[in-house]
This record gives sequence, C-alpha cells and structure tokens, in this order.
Amino acid sequence: MMTRNFSTIPFIIVITLISMPLMVMYGFLILDTFTDAPAGELWPDRFTLKHWRFLYDFSEVGNVWVATFNSLTLAVSMAVIVLSVSSTAAYAISRLHLPFRRFFLAGILVMHAFPAVTLLIGTFFVLNFSGLYNTMIGVILVKASLLLPFGIWIMKGFYDTVPWEIEMAGVQDGASRFTVWRRLILPQVKPGLVALGVFAFLDGWGEYLLPSILAPGSDMQVLSIFLNDLIAAERVGYDFNLFKSVGVFYTLPVVVLFVIFQNRLMNIFGGGTKG
Amino acid sequence: MQLELENFTKCFDGTPVIENLNLTVGDGEMLALLGPSGCGKSTTLFAIAGIYRADGGRILFGDRDMSDLPSQRRNVGVVFQNYALYPHMTVAENIAFPLTVGKKRPPAAEVDRKVREIAELIHIEELLARRPAQLSGGQQQRVALARAIVRRPDVLLFDEPLANLDAKLRLEMRSEIRRIQLETGITAILVTHDQVEAMSMCDRVAIMDKGKILQTASPTQMYRAPVNKFVAGFLGNPPIVFMDGVVAADGMFQMGQGFTLPLPAHVRGLPLGQVITLGLRPEHFGGAGAGMASGRVSFVEPQGRETLFDVDVAPGVTLRSIQPMREDVRLGDTVNWAVDVENMLAFDANGDRL
Repeated sequence: MMTRNFSTIPFIIVITLISMPLMVMYGFLILDTFTDAPAGELWPDRFTLKHWRFLYDFSEVGNVWVATFNSLTLAVSMAVIVLSVSSTAAYAISRLHLPFRRFFLAGILVMHAFPAVTLLIGTFFVLNFSGLYNTMIGVILVKASLLLPFGIWIMKGFYDTVPWEIEMAGVQDGASRFTVWRRLILPQVKPGLVALGVFAFLDGWGEYLLPSILAPGSDMQVLSIFLNDLIAAERVGYDFNLFKSVGVFYTLPVVVLFVIFQNRLMNIFGGGTKG
Repeated sequence: MQLELENFTKCFDGTPVIENLNLTVGDGEMLALLGPSGCGKSTTLFAIAGIYRADGGRILFGDRDMSDLPSQRRNVGVVFQNYALYPHMTVAENIAFPLTVGKKRPPAAEVDRKVREIAELIHIEELLARRPAQLSGGQQQRVALARAIVRRPDVLLFDEPLANLDAKLRLEMRSEIRRIQLETGITAILVTHDQVEAMSMCDRVAIMDKGKILQTASPTQMYRAPVNKFVAGFLGNPPIVFMDGVVAADGMFQMGQGFTLPLPAHVRGLPLGQVITLGLRPEHFGGAGAGMASGRVSFVEPQGRETLFDVDVAPGVTLRSIQPMREDVRLGDTVNWAVDVENMLAFDANGDRL
C-alpha cells in the first residue's frame, strides 16, 4: 500500500467537473440512438430502434456494410503494411551497418514532423500519373507511407532496448541473422508491434481526409465519408438521431480495441521511445 | 581441438589495437586471457568467435582456417558476461535453441534427450521449465553454460563469466566451470581481469597489456618467474612491492632513501651503480631469509587466517608482509623482520626481469 502525501479527492472532483461536458455529450449520443424526443425537448419520451434501421435497410442512406468493409480494408491494410515495413526497416536502422544511416534517421524525423496536408497536391499528381487515383490501393499506400516515419521511429526505439548480447548469442548458436531476428529479437519487441498495429488500424479506421480527396468515387466510400454524406448539404432534412446511430456504430470497433489493448497502447509512449 | 592465432591483427577505425598476436591453445586445454580493461582480450575473444572480423593473420581450429568463416559456421560456444539468455523462452528452450537452428532440425525427442543430458551435467534439471527472469544469477550462468556446450563446440569461450556474481557464488561457479570443462574436454578460453580466477581455473595464463601478450605460462610458473614488472605487479594479492634503487658495493642494493638490502645471488655480478628495481612479495617478508628490514608497522589488516602488515622501513618505502595470523604485533610497533632475499625479483631499467 502506498502512503499518500495528499488527498486525491479534490483532484477527482476537479477532473470530474472538467470532463462533465464530454460525458454528458457521450451520454446523449448513446441515448439518442435508441429514443425519440419531441421537437424542442431535451429528454426523450419513447424508446425506439428505428434509428438503427440503417444496418439492414439501405434505401434511405445506402449500404453501410460496404462502407464498413472499405474502412476495414483500409485499416487492416494499414496495420499490415506499417507493421511489416516498420519492423524490418527499424531493425535495419537500429542494428545493421547501413550506408547513410544517419541520413535515414534524420529523414525519418523530418518526415515525422511534416504535416500530411501540405503533401496533398503532390500526392494527387503522383497518384494521377500512376493510375492509382480514385482507387483504394492508392489511398492505402499514401496513408500507410505517411504513418511509416512514426512507425519506424517507434520500432527503432524498441529494438534499441534489446541487448546486443542476445543477438551475438543467437549468431554464436548457429542461427542466421534472419532467424535471430524472427525467433529472438521480434518476441522482445512484441509490445511495440501490438501497440503500433492497433495504432495503425485506428489511424486507418478514422481517416477521412485522404479517402475524400484521393478516392472521391462513391464505390470507394469508407465509413467516415458515409457518415459525412448523411449531413451533406444536398440532403433534405437532417436526421440527427440516424447520424448519431451511425456515429456510434462507427465508434464501436475503436472502443472495443481500446478496451482490449489499452495497456499495450500506453507502451508506445512509455517503454518504446527511450534510448 | 587445438586453437591457434597466427599474426592476428585487429584494427578499429584504422588504428590497430592488436598487432601480430600469436597464441596457441592445446587440445582440451583451458587458457586464461588475463589483462586490465581495454587491453584487447575481449576483442581477441570476439575475433575467435567470429563476431569481429580479423584484419590480418589467421585463426586456425585444428588445421582448418576459420578467419573468413561467419560465426554460424565456426562451432564456437560463448558464455557472455550478462549471460544473454533469451528472456521469452524457458530454460529448456534456451538450451535447445542451438540445436534447432540448423538446416535440418533433429527430431524433438533427440533434442529433448540432449537438453536433459546437458542439464544433468550442469545440475539444472529442476529448472528446465522456468524462464530466465525466475532464476538467480548463478542459475542463469549455468543455463548460459549449458546452451554454449549443448552443440559440443570445438572451442568454448568465456567472457568475464563471473563478473556479475556475488563473492560466494563466484567461488562455486569457478570450480563448476572448471569441472564441466574438464569433463567435456572442450578447448576453452577464459577472458578475465581477475588474476585469482585466471590462476585458479586455467591450465595456462596468457597475460595481455595494450594489445600484446606479455607472457604465456602456467599459473605457478608465471607467479614465480614473471617476464617483467607489469606481470609481476598484476599477479598476486596482496600485490608485490617494487623498490627502485641502484647496485651498491659488496652485493648490496641501495635505495635513494638510504634503505639497503642484500641483492639476490643471480644479480650480484652487475656493475656498480646500475639502476635496478627489486620486487618483494608479501610472503617473502616476515619469515626467514638472509636480509633484515626494520621499521614501524603503519597498517594492520587481519584477514582471519592471515594478517597483513604494512611496515615503513624508510621515508616513502613501505614493505608489505603477510603472515599466519598473529596478534602480538600492533599498529605503531617497531619490528625487525627477515627478508627472503633469494626469492626477490629483480628488474632492469626497462622493467624486464633480470
């Protein structure tokens, strides 16, 4: 049991007060998806499931499952690409005698600090030229490469903490460098891989800007765009409760992932970056 | 398997740290590479292991030249100072790892049998299911040793294997490592900066300084007949005392401070006035001998079985004496003790033994 030098109760009260508006908003967000309130009233007066009709009735808003599938494709591809490239590139930068190693490191830091939006026009030209404009592959490639500097930097931090001796011992035991990496080093950086994977997935799942600009075609619609279209200007009469329901549907995977991986996600800012 | 280094040279950033080093370790022999930090002993070890590439010369196992082979193909077992166990594997998996990385993996039953066999030899059968984090330092050391010898390496290398252990475990592992080396008969090299480890564990000691091997000899031989001052000063605890002076008349040795002693017989013929350094080990002062030295006891260190005395025999000249425990001499007493003159070591102006 830790001894306390001060009471935590005032802090809890202050923190609760500050986060109150957020909690109220979330509360109403969930509440509104299952209820109807009379016009102009705050409190709902009846329970209903009709706002969740969009899950099977596509006549009103279009097929939400296609958008979900697209979002999932984007998010999973992001995770796969970022994980495979970061885990190998970071190892090389951390452990191998690369030519231009310092240059790569500096480049990664610069890229990491670069706002993605400023690259949009250039990216558009590249995609247009290569025929990847308005395709999901194009969006995935651009989005993943924008996250790679962060991923490589984080993974390098994790690799740097693995003692050299483990690698030397593995080589002495007769294993090839690749075997050493796969069987001895990768397991040591697993927390980093899990955190980075979840991070990449969430980044892809929540992305709005790149799909909307680089793949505006309707067959490439992801959930964020699907959601945005619900309140697009040309629609008559906003259905806020429907909008909130889709919003909750959109958030659910994120919440689930956070619940499962919350401790591991913290790793990315704790253990990995030192050294 | 006999191990031989032939004109071995290693450079870092173009500067040679070891030049033309020659060393032979006989089949089944255990040799200590002894020296202060930074003398190049670990560099030599890692070059034999293949972690460092040699910049010149040859490394021979038997009569096969290993210089250009990568570590994986040298069949060398290494025990690292911090053990370098694989933290995510159990002890059994750690020991089995070297057996399972080859092109064709042996059947699981055979791997298991070999692991058990080694575990039995090293006395860690009951630890096989544990993970490294659940082991004490000594146990981790044993596992590291088991993993290093499970492949029956041609050469076994120890890099300061006892440095991370406490004093009692160090004593125990010292004899354990030696026992296992003798039982397996694997040619071994021990790198250490601890002269007690080197002398107690190895058949021969090679003492290194600044990238050069100064002397290779058996522990007793090296203790009795060191080639120079450095070797004499490195071996022995408490250390030898050096006295700088000149050859005086009548076979005497004279220090600037006025202190004199008879010279050992083999250097009595030197010309008068020649600069000479005498080395007196503490066990040769305070027993029997032809010379006498008197002075005031300036320090007493009881060590249980023995007592260590410092005696100021002249201003700035302190001799050390180690004797079976005695309580009759106290700090500040004046003593007149014998010096075993014939066992003193004599060195010339360059520090080489005469």
